Amino acid sequence: MARETLLNIVLFALLPVTALAAFMLDEPFVITLVTKAAILALAGVGLNIALGLGGLVSFGHAAFFGLGGYAMGVLASHAQSYTPIMESPFLIEGTKSMLVIWGVAIVTGGLAALAIGALSLRTTGVYFIMITLAFGQMLYYFAISWPAYGGEDGLSIYIRNEFPGLNTLDPIQFFAIAFGVLAIVLFIASRLAKSPFGLALSAARQNAERVETVGITPFRLRLVAFVISGAITALAGALFADLNRFVSPTMFSWHTSGEIMVFVILGGVGRLFGPVAGAALYILLEHVLGGLSDFWHIYLGLLLLLVVLFARGGLIGTLAGREVAHD
Amino acid sequence: MSLLLLIEQVLNGLQFGVMLFLMAAGLTLIFGVMGLINLAHGSLYMVGAFAAAAVAGFTGSFVLALIAALAAAAAAGALIELLVIRRLYDRDHLDQVLATFALILIFSEGTRYIFGSFPLFLDIPAALSGPILLPGGIYYPLYRLVIIGAGLLVAAGLFLLIARTRIGVQIRAGEADREMIAALGVDISKLYTLVFALGAALAGLAGALVGAIQSVQVGMGEPVLILAFVVIVIGGIGSIKGALVGSILVGLTDTLGGVLLPPLFATFMEPSSANAVGSAVASMAIYILMAGVLLFKPSGLFGGT
Repeated sequence: MARETLLNIVLFALLPVTALAAFMLDEPFVITLVTKAAILALAGVGLNIALGLGGLVSFGHAAFFGLGGYAMGVLASHAQSYTPIMESPFLIEGTKSMLVIWGVAIVTGGLAALAIGALSLRTTGVYFIMITLAFGQMLYYFAISWPAYGGEDGLSIYIRNEFPGLNTLDPIQFFAIAFGVLAIVLFIASRLAKSPFGLALSAARQNAERVETVGITPFRLRLVAFVISGAITALAGALFADLNRFVSPTMFSWHTSGEIMVFVILGGVGRLFGPVAGAALYILLEHVLGGLSDFWHIYLGLLLLLVVLFARGGLIGTLAGREVAHD
Repeated sequence: MSLLLLIEQVLNGLQFGVMLFLMAAGLTLIFGVMGLINLAHGSLYMVGAFAAAAVAGFTGSFVLALIAALAAAAAAGALIELLVIRRLYDRDHLDQVLATFALILIFSEGTRYIFGSFPLFLDIPAALSGPILLPGGIYYPLYRLVIIGAGLLVAAGLFLLIARTRIGVQIRAGEADREMIAALGVDISKLYTLVFALGAALAGLAGALVGAIQSVQVGMGEPVLILAFVVIVIGGIGSIKGALVGSILVGLTDTLGGVLLPPLFATFMEPSSANAVGSAVASMAIYILMAGVLLFKPSGLFGGT
C-alpha cells in the first residue's frame, strides 16, 4: 500500500509542478497540454467509479462527456449571441459563468446516466458493453443531425467562460481551475471508495449473489454509481469544451469512449490515481510520438496491446505491485 | 409518398441488411464459439475493401478483386488470431475490448500509412452496372440486386455449413462445451483459427461488395462495425438466425426511418422543424429499436439464457 501512496503523491504533484515549470519557462502550450491531461484524467476518474469500483464496463461514456461539452456550448453560445434559450413557458437565458455551466453539466450528465443506466443495467456482460455503446452512438448521431447547435460542424465559443476572481484566458489560471476540480473530485472519489456505499459496490462487483443475500440490491448500487460516474464525466466534458472553446459531435463519438477507457486501463483499473497516470501518459505519448511520426496511433495501439496482454495492472499496477487489485 | 419509392427503399433496406448480415455473422460466430468481442472486425472489412480496390486497380477484374478481398481478410484474420486474439479467450470482456480497440488503431493507421488518406474507388463491373426493370415498372440498380442475391446465397451457405458439415458440427459443439470437444480429439485451437478466418473472410467480402458503392477509405469499417453490434445484440449474441433477422430489421429500420419519419413528423409540425426532428429521430431509430428489444428481451430476440 505504501508504495502506491507514494506513487500517488508523485503523480498528483507531477501535474502542477510541470505546469509551474512551464509557466516559469514561458511555455503556454505546455501548460495547455497539462491542463488537457488534468481534464481528461477527470473524465477517467468518472469512468473509473463505474468501471473500477462497480465493474460496469461502459463503452458509452462519451455520451456524458459530450453532454457536458454541449451544456457549455449551448449556454455560452446563447450568452454570446444575447438570445434566450427559451422564452415560454418561462425565460431561460444563456450564461458565461463557469460555475453555473458546471452545475448544468453535472445535472444533465447525471440525469442522462440515470436514464441510460436504468435501461442498460437490466443487461450484463457483453450486452451491457454494447447497449452503452449504442446509447453513446445515439447521442452522436443526434448531435450530427440536429442543426440548431452547429450540427456536424460543432460550435465555437469565442471567449472562455468566467470564473469569479480569475482570468480564465490565462493558461496557468485556467490550469489552476481544472486542477482544483480534479483534486476535489479525486478526494470525493477516495472517500466514496471507502464509504459503506463504495464497499458495498465493490462487493457487488466481486460477488453479486452474496451481496444480495445480505439484503442489498446490486442494481440500485450500480445505478447510483453509474449516475455519479456520468455526472463527473459530464463535468470533465464541460471543462474540455472550455479548454478548446469548441464543441463538436466528436465528443460523443465511440472513439472518445474508447479513449477515456484507455486512460483508465493505461493507468490501472480501480486505482484512484489510475486515470491521472493514464491521461498524463496518453498526452505525453501523443505529444512525443506525434512529433516523431504522423502515424503515432500505431505505436499507441502496440503499447496498449502490450499493456493489456502483459502488464495487467496498468502503469500503477506495474510500478506499485498488485496490492489492491487482487480480486 | 409513392408506392414505387417505398418499394425502392425497401430494396435498399434489404441490401443494407444483407451486407450487415455478412459482418454480423462473423461477429456472432466468433462470440458464440470463442466468447470473444472483436472490435477489430470492422478493420477486417476495411482490409477486404482495400485489397479489392488495389487488385481491381492493377488487374481491372472484379472477380479477382473479390477473391483478393476474401483472401486478404481471411489471412489478416488468421494472423491476428495467432498473434493476439488467442491470448484473449480466457480474459474478461474489458481486456478483449481494449486489445481489439488497439488493433483498430494499428490497422487504421497502418492502412493510412500504406494507401494514404485519400479514398480509393472500386468500380462496379460493366456487366452489373446500370438499372434493371423490375416487374411493376421499377428501375433498380442491378448491382444492388446482385448484392442482395449474393448475401442471401452466403447466408444459405453458412446455414448449410453450420447445420450439415463436419466443421459445422465441431463449431456447434465448440459453442456448447469447449473442453468436451477438445477431449474428443478435435484440435480446438485450429478450429478457433478457422472460425476466426471464416468470420474475417465474410467481413472482407462485405467490405469489397460495399466498396463498389461507397468510397474505400480508412475508418470505413467503424460505422458498420457498430451497426453489426447493434444487429447481434438485437438478434441475440451467438445466434446466426438472430443475426439474419436482426440485420434485416436494422437495415429496413435505418433506410425506411430516413424516408418515412420526416413526412410523418410533418403531419403535426411545421415543415422546417419537422424535417430536422424527423431526420434526427431517424438517425437514432436503430438504437431506439435496440433499446426497445433489450427492454423486453434482455438477451436479444434469439439469444439463449
